[in-house]
Amino acid sequence: MISLTFLTADGTRIDTEARPGVSLMEAARNASVPGILAECGGACSCSTCHVYVEPGFAGLLPPASEGELDLLDFVCEPDPERSRLSCQITLTEALSGLTVTVPERQG
Amino acid sequence: MRPIAIVGAGQAGSALAAKLRALGHDGPIKLIGAEPVPPYQRPPLSKKYLLGELERDRLYLRPETFYAENGIELITGTRVAALEAAEKVLLLKDGTRLACAAIALCTGADPIRLPPALGGALGGVYTMRNLADAEAMAPEFREGARVLIVGGGYIGLEAAAVAASKGLRVTLVEMAPRILARVACTETASWFRALHESHDVKIREGTGLSELRGSQGRVSHARLSDGTEIAVDFVIVGIGVRPGTELAEAAGLTIDNGIRTDAFGATSAPGIFAAGDCASFPHQGCRIRLESVPNAIDQAEAVAAAMLGQGVPYVARPWFWSDQYDVKLQIAGLNSGHDTVVVRPGDRPGSQSHWYFAGPKLLALDAMNDPRAYMTGKRLIEAGLSPERNALADPAIPLKSLPLSEPVEAL
Ligand SMILES: Cc1cc2nc3c(=O)[nH]c(=O)nc-3n(C[C@H](O)[C@H](O)[C@H](O)COP(=O)(O)OP(=O)(O)OC[C@H]3O[C@@H](n4cnc5c(N)ncnc54)[C@H](O)[C@@H]3O)c2cc1C
Ligand code: FES
Repeated sequence: MISLTFLTADGTRIDTEARPGVSLMEAARNASVPGILAECGGACSCSTCHVYVEPGFAGLLPPASEGELDLLDFVCEPDPERSRLSCQITLTEALSGLTVTVPERQG
Repeated sequence: MRPIAIVGAGQAGSALAAKLRALGHDGPIKLIGAEPVPPYQRPPLSKKYLLGELERDRLYLRPETFYAENGIELITGTRVAALEAAEKVLLLKDGTRLACAAIALCTGADPIRLPPALGGALGGVYTMRNLADAEAMAPEFREGARVLIVGGGYIGLEAAAVAASKGLRVTLVEMAPRILARVACTETASWFRALHESHDVKIREGTGLSELRGSQGRVSHARLSDGTEIAVDFVIVGIGVRPGTELAEAAGLTIDNGIRTDAFGATSAPGIFAAGDCASFPHQGCRIRLESVPNAIDQAEAVAAAMLGQGVPYVARPWFWSDQYDVKLQIAGLNSGHDTVVVRPGDRPGSQSHWYFAGPKLLALDAMNDPRAYMTGKRLIEAGLSPERNALADPAIPLKSLPLSEPVEAL
């Protein structure tokens, strides 16, 4: 199992675990993390699964596709260093300990 | 204490239940669904799930434990047989009478089936709405199998894409003069026709299905409206849906292209609300009904607030997506009433967007592999702004620099 931490906009810390192969968005959904809407269910179409990845992990993640980068340009308060769409991050054991912050607003 | 009951445990029903809790409602909530599974996403049924790229539990909208943890009584595999509107009573299939404080109808839509007289009851003939449908047809997706897809809407085209990707021999018939006739412009239809033809899908437009024939109860041939007959191994019927109004209609609620609701989701019967594919609602001076996930969620959440007396009028911000092969289509707005379509080539090979206008006013756009165009267009539509059409057609002018106007009325 891969351990994960979500920090929500109001400062709550949610620690959870996920199996390899699911996406970070699905892990958030399974842990009922508020603020990750994921309207398109992971189709890289809606950008409502935006998260900020804590520095230090960015290098471990698979690089964002052009489509993801395009959507990230339009999210609320993008951060070029830390913004990712959580549905586009497939979890692997190497990502255990990953910490991400949920933005105040999606869309 | 009488519960709030939600009929239909789909996309809208589950969003409504969750929102009632999120808004602080602490009374009992019953979420009653006919299907034997917890609420799940339908879009992957004709996409990744059909391709075999997604396990079943990844379709679920929320973990199975979510409902109990949030005090939501999820009752699956149970069809509500009748509604007594004046008393706000639900009759369940097993005879239980359930008296409710308020009721939300989130009954979705039912696929239109091929009549048995035309071969609709033969084995190997499928519709595509439920998880059970997708699971039943999955074993048919064997390399080399001959599939006939009836109906060239998004679901039919997505099924065609999955079948072609898995090496099936695909024929798609569309009775209208072209595919996507009800939902998109000729430019978008042509774009997708070319895409499918490049994957060896045979698209026959202006051609209906006359009859399916079979032997030993299983489909083997299809006779088409042009008189030709083709051999088939199985058939997917994707000719649209009817809103799930049965329960409401029998209870005497007003039906008007779906269960008629006002801007708060209230039906014609006090204390009874509706949301999602089954409900029609006022929108910019007209009455519309949408069949999409974003509408199901947003409307359900608006109705949850209204049921708790905290309602504000629901304003739809329509959008939709479709995945076919490696093409991502994103649609924003509603194109009905358009008189021109502006084609804008994208920045990358294979990307393009089609912008629908009524006079100078931007109504909608279809963006193929062009999320930038989609996001730009969506924001403009929601803000009531319209780009100048000639500038839009010129890919040398960046999206961010398009001259904008604020047309008052569509011409
Ligand atoms: C194959 C497919 C692909 C799709 N792709 C997309 C897409 O890419 N993007 C998009 O935005 N939308 C897509 N959609 C549409 C989207 O799934 C629907 O708009 C959405 O599911 C509507 O939610 P709903 O809750 O209104 O209805 P549903 O999700 O259909 O839920 C209604 C539920 O109510 C139950 N029910 C009905 N009557 C009763 C009763 N009397 N008692 C108890 N239960 C009852 C039904 O069994 C059903 O489970 C797709 C749909 C399909 C079928
Ligand atoms: S869930 Fe829609 S883009 Fe990630």
